[in-house]
Amino acid sequence: MSDQFSDKDVLLTVKGLKIEGRADESWMPIVNGVDLTLRKGEVLGLIGESGAGKSTVGLAAMGFTRDGCRISDGEILFDGIDLRHAGTKVLRDLKGKRIAYVAQSAAASFNPSHKLMDQYCEGPVQHGVMGRTEAESDAVDLYRRMQLPDPESIGFRYPHQVSGGQLQRAMTAMAMSCRPDLIIFDEPTTALDVTTQIEVLAAIRDIVEQFDTAAIYITHDLAVVAQMADRIKVLLKGDEVEEADTRTMLAAPQEEYTKSLWAVRSYTRAEQPPVAKGTTPVVSVRNVTAGYGAVDVLMDVSFDIHQRRTVAVVGESGSGKSTVARVITGLLPPRRGEILFDGKALPPDYRRRTRDQLRQAQMIYQMADTALNPKLKIRELIGRPAQMYLGLQGKALTERIRQLLDLIELEPDEYIDRLPSELSGGQKQRIGIARALAAEPKFIICDEVTSALDQLVAEGILKLLDKLQTEFDLAYMFITHDLATVKAIADEVVVMKEGKVVEQGPKSEMFQPPHDPYTELLLSSVPEMDPDWLTDLLQERAAKAG
Amino acid sequence: MSHIWSMIAQRLALGLLTLFIVSVLIFLATELLPGDFAEEILGQSATPETVAAIRRELGLDQPMVIRYVQWLGGAVQGDFGNSLANRRPVAELISTRLGNTLFLALYAAAIAVPLSLALGILVALFRNSAFDRIANASALTAISFPEFFVAYILILWFAGAGGYFPSLSTLRGDPDLLEKLYRSFLPALTLTLVVTAHMMRMTRAAIINLLASPYIEMARLKGMNPMRVIVKHALPNALAPIINVIAINLAYLITGVVVVEVVFVYPGLGQLMVDSVASRDMPVVQAVALIFAAAYVLLNLAADVLSTLSNPRLIHRR
Amino acid sequence: MGILLNILYFIAFIVASMAAGWLFRAVVIAVFPGRIAKEMRTAPLTASFGLFMILLYIIVAVFAPWIAPFPETEIVGREFQPWDSDNWLGTDALGRDMLTRMIYGARNTVGIAFATTTLAFVMGAILGLLAATVGGWMDQSLSRSVDVLMAIPSLIFSLLLLTIFGTSVLTLIIVIAIIDSTRVFRLARSVSVTIVVMDYIEAAKLRGEGRWHLITREILPNALAPLVAEFGLRFCFVFLAISALSFLGLGIQPPTADWGSMVKENATLITFGDITPLLPAGAIALLTVSVNFVVDWQLHRASGLKE
Repeated sequence: MSDQFSDKDVLLTVKGLKIEGRADESWMPIVNGVDLTLRKGEVLGLIGESGAGKSTVGLAAMGFTRDGCRISDGEILFDGIDLRHAGTKVLRDLKGKRIAYVAQSAAASFNPSHKLMDQYCEGPVQHGVMGRTEAESDAVDLYRRMQLPDPESIGFRYPHQVSGGQLQRAMTAMAMSCRPDLIIFDEPTTALDVTTQIEVLAAIRDIVEQFDTAAIYITHDLAVVAQMADRIKVLLKGDEVEEADTRTMLAAPQEEYTKSLWAVRSYTRAEQPPVAKGTTPVVSVRNVTAGYGAVDVLMDVSFDIHQRRTVAVVGESGSGKSTVARVITGLLPPRRGEILFDGKALPPDYRRRTRDQLRQAQMIYQMADTALNPKLKIRELIGRPAQMYLGLQGKALTERIRQLLDLIELEPDEYIDRLPSELSGGQKQRIGIARALAAEPKFIICDEVTSALDQLVAEGILKLLDKLQTEFDLAYMFITHDLATVKAIADEVVVMKEGKVVEQGPKSEMFQPPHDPYTELLLSSVPEMDPDWLTDLLQERAAKAG
Repeated sequence: MSHIWSMIAQRLALGLLTLFIVSVLIFLATELLPGDFAEEILGQSATPETVAAIRRELGLDQPMVIRYVQWLGGAVQGDFGNSLANRRPVAELISTRLGNTLFLALYAAAIAVPLSLALGILVALFRNSAFDRIANASALTAISFPEFFVAYILILWFAGAGGYFPSLSTLRGDPDLLEKLYRSFLPALTLTLVVTAHMMRMTRAAIINLLASPYIEMARLKGMNPMRVIVKHALPNALAPIINVIAINLAYLITGVVVVEVVFVYPGLGQLMVDSVASRDMPVVQAVALIFAAAYVLLNLAADVLSTLSNPRLIHRR
Repeated sequence: MGILLNILYFIAFIVASMAAGWLFRAVVIAVFPGRIAKEMRTAPLTASFGLFMILLYIIVAVFAPWIAPFPETEIVGREFQPWDSDNWLGTDALGRDMLTRMIYGARNTVGIAFATTTLAFVMGAILGLLAATVGGWMDQSLSRSVDVLMAIPSLIFSLLLLTIFGTSVLTLIIVIAIIDSTRVFRLARSVSVTIVVMDYIEAAKLRGEGRWHLITREILPNALAPLVAEFGLRFCFVFLAISALSFLGLGIQPPTADWGSMVKENATLITFGDITPLLPAGAIALLTVSVNFVVDWQLHRASGLKE
C-alpha cells in the first residue's frame, strides 16, 4: 500500500476477526478471519452480497455484536484501545462519541416517539460533549450543511413527518453530532429511490470530507461504493476476497469472484425486432384510471404487450407501477378504461373471469418468501395449477411437476418434497416461476422479481426468464425500479411518474436522447462504475442550474 | 389538533353506543326468564293478588319498549326499582356496597400498578437472567391460581390462630380509613397478587417486543446505557399496549372481585350479585351487571383514548 | 416459625417438582427416540413437569372408578373426620371420602372444562376464519357483535345468563363456551387477517381457488400453531371460570364431585388451620400451572430467537 500514511495515522486495526452466530443450539461461523486497517480520514468500502458478513464486520468495528452473535477470535484495536476486552463502560463511552453508526433504514432507526432534535442532542449531552443549547445550534448548522430544507425547524419534527431521503441525511448529521473519528455507514441509501439516493450520497461525501472523518461504507452496490470509498474490500461468505484502492479495483480486479460481480452489469439480451404493424397485442391496457378510495393512483394509462416481447414498467415508489399489475389481474377494477386480452375485453373483477382467463395471465412476485405458502411442499405448490387448470392427476401430474422443475433448473428428485423454508432465495423465486409456468399461460407479470436478490442470483433469474420466453412464446410485463434490469431484459419501456405514463417506446429509443425531463433525471441518477461519476454529474447539474 | 378531537369524539360515541346495546341486552335478560317468574319467586306463598302485584312491580303488564325506557330512565337517575328478595329499593342496597367495592379495587390498584410496572421494566432489563426466569415462572404460577386458592393460603398464613390480619373483612361499625385499610388488607393483597403477575408479564412482553427494533439498536450504538435504552427509547413506544393492559386489569379488579369478596365476606357489589343470582333477584342482578358493564366500557374507552394520545403519529400529522 | 416451616415445605415442593420434570424428560427421551425426543430436549424443566402433570391428570380422570377407594357419593363416616388409614384425606362436610371426591373431581371438573373449551374453540375458530376470509359485511357484523359481547365482563355475563337459564351442567357448558368463543374469535380472526394479506393467498385467489380450499389448505395450516397455543390458554381460563362459579355455588351442582364446590363446602376448616379444603383448590392450581408452563414453552419456541 501507499506510504503516504505513517503508522500513527492508523485509527482502526482488525486482525483475524472471527464471529459466530447461534443457530439450533450450536455456533455457526459468520465471519472467518477478516483483517482490516483504517487510517484517519480514510473511507473504506466493504462490499459483498447478502450473507457476506459485511454488516457484522462493520458493527464489530464498534465492539458490538447483535444478539445471538459472538466474537470468537481476533483483535480489534481502535486508537490503541482493545475493543474486544474493553469493559462495557469504556465501550459505551466510545459508541456514539468516537465511533458512530448510520443505519440502512433511517425511518426504522429513528425512535418514532421523539423529535429529531431530541434524538440528535441525546448523544452529545449524555456523553458530556456539549450542553443542550449548544447541541441544538450545532444541529441546525449540520442540517444546513447536509442541505436539509428548513434547517432551523426540521429538528422539531417527528420522524414520520420527514421524508426518507431527508431522514437519512438527518441520521448522518446525528452521527456527526459528537464529531466522531469513525462512522460506520451500513447501506445508507439502499432503501431510497435512485433520484433521492444521489442527494444523500453527495451530502454524506461532503460532510465526511469536511470533518475529515474516517468511515467504513458498507454496501452491495459497486457503483455506489466507487463514488464513496478510497479503498474497497470485497467479502464473500465471511471470507475476505481481495482489497485494493478504488481505481485499481475497478480497473483490474484480481479474483474470479470480483470479476463475476463486475460482469453482472454487462448482461443484455438480444433485442427483438419491432412487432409487425396490425398484430393484436396479448394484453392491451386502454385508458385506465384507477385508485383507492377517493384518490386516483393511475391516470389514463395505456400501453400494449405483444407475444414474445417484454415490456418494462419503470418508476420510483409511488409511481403507480404496481397498481397497473393489480388492475390487469383484476384485483383492482378500474374506474375508467379496460383491459383487452387477445383483443377481447376482460371482466374488470377477477372473480368474474373464467378459469381459462385466469390461467392465461400469471404473476411472479417480488418476495418469494410471502408468495409461497410456507406449509406446502414444492410438489403441491407447483402441482396445484397443473391439477386445477389442466386436470392432471397422479402419475401424469408428478411427471409434469418433474418437467417443470427441470425447466427451472432444479433437480426434481432432490427438491420435489421440500418445503419453501428449505430453499435459498433464488431457488424460491424459481419455484415462483415454475408455478406460473404450470398454468401454461400466454402472459406473465413479473413484479420486481429480482430486487430482493443478490446480483449474481438475479442475473440467473433474468437469464432463465429470457430462455423461457423464447421457449414458450410468452409475453412479459416487468415491473421494476431498477434501470439496470430494464437495460438487460426489456424490449419496450414505459416510464411512470405519479400515476401517469411519462414516456414510452422501444428500449433503443429510450436510452437515446432526447428524453422527457423526468426520464433524463431517472437515467442520469443511476450510479455508474466510474469513480468520477458523482463529481462529474453534480458539476454538470450545477452548471445547468446556474 | 382538531382531527384528534374528532377521533376522540368518535370513540366516545362508539363507547356510548356499546353501553346502550349492553343495557338492552341486560334488560332483555328479564324477558328471557322462563315460565311465570312471579310465581316462581313467590313459590308457595303465591296467591293471585301477590302474583299480580309482582307482575305490576316488574311492569310485566306493559309493552316491552315502554318498560325498557322506564327502566333505563330510572337507572340513569339511580333508581333501579325494588329488590324482589327484601322489597327494599335496589339503589339503597347498592350505594354503600359500590363504595366498598371501589375502595377495594383502588386499594389493590394503588399497590399493583406501580409495582407491576417497576417489576416489568426490571425484568425486561435483566431479560434471560435467573431473576427473569424466576419472576416469569412465579408470575405464571400466580396467574394460574384460582383466586380463592390464593385467598385461603393468605388466610392460612396470615390470619389463622394468632394471625396478624382478620380473615373476615366485614367492615362493621363504620371503621376509620386506617382501620379499613387494615381490615381489607388480605382481600387487597389477594387481588394484587393475581393482577400484578399479569400486568408484569404483559409489560415485559410489550417492552421486549420492541427490543429487536432498529431504533433500539441505534440507541445502543449511540452508547446509551441499558436503563436509558429501556426507559427512554422502548417504554414510550410500548405505552399503548401497557395502557391497555392496565385498563384490562383495572376492569378486572372492579368486576373480578366477586370471588374475593365472597371469601372474605367483604360487603361489596360482587357478593350482593352472587346472593341475588342465587335467589334470582332480577332487579338487583340487572343493576349490578349494568354498573359493572359501565365501569368496564368506560375503562376500555379511557385506555383507547389515552393510547391514541400516546402515539405521536396520530397527534402530529405530516 | 409457622411461616418459616411453610416456606421450607414450599421450597421442597418446588425442588421435588423440578426433579419430577427432569426425570420425566429423561424417561421420555429414552423411551421415544426420534422426533419426540428432539422436541423434548428443548423443553425447560417447567414444561416437562407440566407435561408430566397433564398426563397424570388424564390418567386419573380416565381411570377414576378403578383408582378411587369408594363410590363417588357414598357416605363413609362422620363429617370432617381427620386423615387416617381408611380415609387417607379424611371426610368432607357430609362424611364422604375426600380422596374419592378428589379423584372423581378430576373427571368431572376437568372433563366439563375440556368439553366447554372445545365447543368454544370450534365456534370461535370457524367464525374467526370465516370473518377474515369473507370480509365485508360478514366480518363487520361478526366483529361488532363480538365487541358488544366482550364489553360485558365475562364473569358478570355468565352470572347474568346463569340466573336466567338456571344452573345445569349443560347450560353451564353452553353459556361459558359462548362467552369464551368471543375471545377465540378475536384471535382466530387477527391471525387469519395477517395471513390473508400474504401474496400466496392473493396468488391462490387469482388462480380461482374456492373458499373451502383457501381456508383449509392455505390459511389453516399457517394459523394452526398460534391456535393450538391459544387452546391451552383458553382451557386455563375456562377451567378457572368454571371453578370460580362452582366455588360461588353457581356452577357444577351437588352431589357431583367437583373441586370448586369442594373448597366452598369445606372452607370452614381453614380457619382452624386444617389444609384439607385447600387440596382441591391446589389440584385446580396445579393443572392450570402445568398447562400454562407447556403453553409458555410452545409460545417461546414459536417466537423463535426473539430474545
